[in-house]
Amino acid sequence: MPTAPPLLQRTPLFDRHREAGGRLVEFAGWEMPVQYGGVAAEHLAVRTSCGVFDVSHMGEIETTGPEALQLLQRLLSNDVARIGFDEGLQEGVAQYSLLCREDGGVLDDLITYRLGPERFLTVTNAANHERDLEWFREQAGAFPQAHVSDAATGFAMLAVQGPAARGIVQQLCSQPLPDRMRAAERTLAGVRALVCGTGYTGEDGVELMCAPEDAGSLWDELLARGAVPAGLGARDTLRIEACLPLYGNELTLQRGPIEAGLGWACKEQTGFIGAGAVEHARHDPPAERLVAFVVEGQGIARAGNPVQGGGEVTSGTHSPSLREGVGMAYVPREHAAEGTRLQIDVRGKMRAAVVRPKPLYRKG
Amino acid sequence: MAEASYPDELLYHAEHDWARIDEGQGQATLGITWYAQDSLGEVVFFDPPAVGTAVTKDSSYAEVESVKAVSDVIAPLSGEIVEVNEGLADNPALINEDPYGGGWLVKVRMSDPAEREALLDAASYRDSLSG
Repeated sequence: MPTAPPLLQRTPLFDRHREAGGRLVEFAGWEMPVQYGGVAAEHLAVRTSCGVFDVSHMGEIETTGPEALQLLQRLLSNDVARIGFDEGLQEGVAQYSLLCREDGGVLDDLITYRLGPERFLTVTNAANHERDLEWFREQAGAFPQAHVSDAATGFAMLAVQGPAARGIVQQLCSQPLPDRMRAAERTLAGVRALVCGTGYTGEDGVELMCAPEDAGSLWDELLARGAVPAGLGARDTLRIEACLPLYGNELTLQRGPIEAGLGWACKEQTGFIGAGAVEHARHDPPAERLVAFVVEGQGIARAGNPVQGGGEVTSGTHSPSLREGVGMAYVPREHAAEGTRLQIDVRGKMRAAVVRPKPLYRKG
Repeated sequence: MAEASYPDELLYHAEHDWARIDEGQGQATLGITWYAQDSLGEVVFFDPPAVGTAVTKDSSYAEVESVKAVSDVIAPLSGEIVEVNEGLADNPALINEDPYGGGWLVKVRMSDPAEREALLDAASYRDSLSG
């Protein structure tokens, strides 16, 4: 008997993706555009002007109350006390962190925005949202003055990225936009949105969070001003060039923040869950380390390809900006130095690669 | 090419490959169809097999890679590779731009010309896509 196809969720922009010629694929339970015109063209639009991504599949968790900060300090690897909120400007700070288990294994990587003295919004990966939410609620038991709520259905999210992104969004807004790693509410062409100076492309830009019913008009306004629709394909090539980790590839329950090169996002003195394991890993480094590489000559290494002498590629693609095979891999610590030559087994063919500093691409 | 096209003079394999048979030479030119290149997206790398390699009908003989993915190329006919399209090394996008012309992949000397009987004509292949 044939099984029924899984019921996929759709974002409020589903019809617009179809209109724009988007090719829709399943991603983490959602039906999302992987590309419109072509991955390389969308990628280059983000590098040279402005692309807009529908990232409404991402989840949100709101944490509020007098003990909200204390709860997040326990959950998140970074020092949440360092993210401030300016009451005069009504503007908060954004912070990247990891959500770890006691053993240091990574449950998710997150951005948290402070939206008020006792109000925080944490953006989760779609595939992890339910597990994150459960983990937040479990830990909230010890903080009766903190309230955790699932805000995922309350928001659509658009990432507007590229050197022209801020200029385009600014055309829709009479107030200045918040700076990089800051967030504030603004009215954009009549739509109330949280404007965040964050992204996942290695370019300047903003992410906009608004009510689902407002996403369509915001999308239209952005396209009318020159933003190019970009899909998950370009999102992946952009983040790989920028060496930004993807949960499920570079980050898993089996790996800790230190081997992933994310020690900078961990402040053990806060006593977060997993701090002990992270501290231990800092002093007694794990056997493997995440590196960036480029393939020398022909060939493209892909996720899952083994590295000779130990280790494995976690992400690999053809870089539209660098026009060569690029990627990230976990390799033994002694092979992690810049310039180290690697041999990667690409479906039975050995390809030479060389370890390069991260990021592989830096905005000009 | 932007529009789907399946020339009548070619034979097709259901795995989205085509063959152009040169009766006089006993050879066939092989490539991937419009549908295959459109599904893959922009081809960035074609890894050709060596001249002299034997290929077997219905088996993979090469790989084409787009930014997103790698895909096996299935041989529609058996034989020995006598030539590979060297032009694709510098310009693999020819596979997208001209899949039946400049984007051809290899030429084979057919070992069993009767195998062609199992291939599809353009109309049947087109039907298989809409099915």
